[in-house]
Amino acid sequence: METPVYPAQNYLSNGHGLKSWLLTKDHKRIAILYLISISAFFFLGGLFAVGIRLELTTPQGDLFQPDTYNKFFTLHGVIMVFFFLIPSVPAVLGNFLIPPMVGAKDLAFPRINLLSWYIYVVGGIFTLFAIVAGGVDTGWTFYTPYSAASSSTNVVPTALGVFISGFSSILTGLNFIVTIHRMRAPGLHWFKLPLFVWAHYATSLIQVLGTPVVAITIVMVFAERAFGFGIFDPQRGGDPVLFQHLFWFYSHPAVYIMILPALGVISEIVSTFSRKRIFGYSFVAFSSLAIAVFGFIVWAHHMFVSGITVYAAMVFSFLSFSVAIPSAVKVFNWSATLHRGSLSFEAPMLYVYGFFGLFLIGGLTGLFLATLGTDVHLHDTYFVVAHFHYIMVGGAIMGYLGGIHFWWPKMVGRMYSEFWSRISAILVFVGFNLTFFPQFVLGYMGMPRRYHMYPDEFQVLNVLSSGGAAVLGLGYILPVLYLLYSLKYGEVAGNNPWGASGLEWRTQSPPLTENFLEVPTDIPEAYEYTPKVIREAKLV
Amino acid sequence: MGGIPLFPEAASSFAPEVDALYLFIVAVSAFFTVAVSAAVVFFAFRYRRKHPEEIGAHIEGSLPLELLWSIIPTIIAMVMFAWGAKLFYEIRRAPAESLQIYAVGKQWMWKFQHTGGQREINELHVPVGRPIKVLVTSEDVLHDLYFPSFRTKIDAIPGRYQPLWFEATKPGRYHIFCAEYCGTKHSGMIGTVIVMEPQQYQDWLAGGGSEGTMAERGAKLFNDLACNTCHLDSGQGRGPSLKDIVGKSVELAGGQTAIVDEAYLRESILNSQAKIVKGFTPLMPTFQGLVSEEGLAALIEHIKSLSPQAAANAPAPVPAAAPSTSTPAAPAQGARR
Repeated sequence: METPVYPAQNYLSNGHGLKSWLLTKDHKRIAILYLISISAFFFLGGLFAVGIRLELTTPQGDLFQPDTYNKFFTLHGVIMVFFFLIPSVPAVLGNFLIPPMVGAKDLAFPRINLLSWYIYVVGGIFTLFAIVAGGVDTGWTFYTPYSAASSSTNVVPTALGVFISGFSSILTGLNFIVTIHRMRAPGLHWFKLPLFVWAHYATSLIQVLGTPVVAITIVMVFAERAFGFGIFDPQRGGDPVLFQHLFWFYSHPAVYIMILPALGVISEIVSTFSRKRIFGYSFVAFSSLAIAVFGFIVWAHHMFVSGITVYAAMVFSFLSFSVAIPSAVKVFNWSATLHRGSLSFEAPMLYVYGFFGLFLIGGLTGLFLATLGTDVHLHDTYFVVAHFHYIMVGGAIMGYLGGIHFWWPKMVGRMYSEFWSRISAILVFVGFNLTFFPQFVLGYMGMPRRYHMYPDEFQVLNVLSSGGAAVLGLGYILPVLYLLYSLKYGEVAGNNPWGASGLEWRTQSPPLTENFLEVPTDIPEAYEYTPKVIREAKLV
Repeated sequence: MGGIPLFPEAASSFAPEVDALYLFIVAVSAFFTVAVSAAVVFFAFRYRRKHPEEIGAHIEGSLPLELLWSIIPTIIAMVMFAWGAKLFYEIRRAPAESLQIYAVGKQWMWKFQHTGGQREINELHVPVGRPIKVLVTSEDVLHDLYFPSFRTKIDAIPGRYQPLWFEATKPGRYHIFCAEYCGTKHSGMIGTVIVMEPQQYQDWLAGGGSEGTMAERGAKLFNDLACNTCHLDSGQGRGPSLKDIVGKSVELAGGQTAIVDEAYLRESILNSQAKIVKGFTPLMPTFQGLVSEEGLAALIEHIKSLSPQAAANAPAPVPAAAPSTSTPAAPAQGARR
């Protein structure tokens, strides 16, 4: 095995100084800009979660004022959903990897790509302003009439922040769709694309079609608050429930914006670390599209106790089960991929195994909420909190962290500590379960969400949950340390340290600004593992 | 899990079935979690890479398998859907003979009114073994009336009545929670439902001061607000007669029909132009802001008392009495300030 050399020419060395970064049109540098900004938001959002879990260790509500607590969970939700989860995988990994995966030099619209980062930053600044100005307490869902008429906090700057950052999401989606359609290398037809690209294509459709609806909804809340429009105010003939329809029409599909790209990451890692084609490639590819499409027709399952009719509830319950099937199909196909593979368990694969456990539980607990008879009891309890954290944190963040660990050598050209990365993957898995599993029980016991104080009988489970959160926090901080350390001291990774088959591994690590010196022509089937691939990776 | 309770008390007629459905889904979930976890862990050991050059077998996929693991979960999901939908239908349909109670959520308390005139805050006394229908609304923002031990809840939405029902099966004291976030003291908007033996319940009804039944308070309000000047029993007034209308269908000016129920009466008082009975001029003013939620409920009870046939299905009015814990009678009962 020959020792790889760190390439002197690469996208990181092509230009120095702040200006070369802030005016870059290179998708890889923009991905790094996103990586830095979403990480900052992640830890800010995490800080609010620390406040929540500290408060809930005792039943009395004695650590923070109720208004402070309400602002904590609101800001935790707003930041994590709109400024971390939605951009996470697409804006960092998608941005970095879609062009090399399709054999292109950049996205279709490099300037728009940079613009979308700036829009994201401006949206983030509005939200940070809202925090500095005293916070906001409506919950991330901004339900009317509370948000429109009752709350005296900074609803308008926060809502504007979300509104603005939505355009970043729309532009990113648009850029991906055009890139995937128009920029593929000759011979790279749709069914040779990595499933990561399929997942991003499905996600981009939701971003482009769904995000405008939430933007319109936010404008309506703004108009109601600022000019007294009365769209949602029953005193003036409005309907507060209308807001929920509009909000969830976007925000339910938005869950798939968060999870679908992560599912794409899982396909890549499973295939690489079992050196085997994904079982049922086309089923996994089309299940992403099915989830994206069905995701648009299930929104009212958030409203089974909000006064929709019994029959409307039945229709939406039925449709909600339709999303469960493609999700199950993916899990079965990944599991089958492992069968007769050549499996190895570096950190990315450990994250995938953690993902299996958490996504299974997260997905299956969705059944309790799609089922009408049980949802009436569970709606707005900690069961729902646990369920969506299993999907959005257990699923999406495990996928994101797995992806970061998988492509880190490609992004920076160096390896991180194998030992510490495995420790962190295990800590995240254990800490996550300790934090959120007790919340399922709390929810069935009847503890409502967004409670600052609670009856004594819920304390034991809440203390367990807070203890788990401490472990989870440690699991999230560790990667920051060893990944930063690896930037300078890590071993040189070489082009293809995992022996992966994707096009992005054919370039040097870190890649040149142009990704490829020549447009790749000999395009293999997706996930084609032959002895030649391993030999060319120079691992042995 | 020694000492940690997993279920709240099951104290309503449908609570045991909700728990059974829950356990069914738990069993299905546990099966799939264990099966998939066992498979991937087994593969991890069985197919662990033996030497660095090893690659996996070339397998494209399998249509029969894809069909199998699409169709079986679909069937199981349909069982869940059907069972859940059937149960939901029961949870949402109050029996006709239910005892009616009005509930109003406001930041941050629950106000309950019994048709007998008793009013309570954050406490609700109900008899065991009798269906109770609660018409829920809100004075300000969204709330949600949640009885975990009865396994039911409904959002309290300003501007409309939302029905919730239960039949308590075990005497005792159970939580009432607000389950929809409503601002600063959301988590303080909790109370207790006290399920009593029928005799105790009668004693409770009899105790406390008197301010008349809801229908009687409504009748007074009906005169105070001068409703009686137009809504003459003879039918010769400027507004339709309100005698014997509840539960019936009326023909509207636009040619449609409407069933006269609480929601219809509520709308007709607050937004009087919305549905005009055929043959009448729309000259009734709106009472939006002029009558409180409690007053509105009392007016509706008064109008319902004018339809003795419809009321025959409903339980007999309970003696006029209010417990000492209720709000003191306002000077102009029900009318706002």
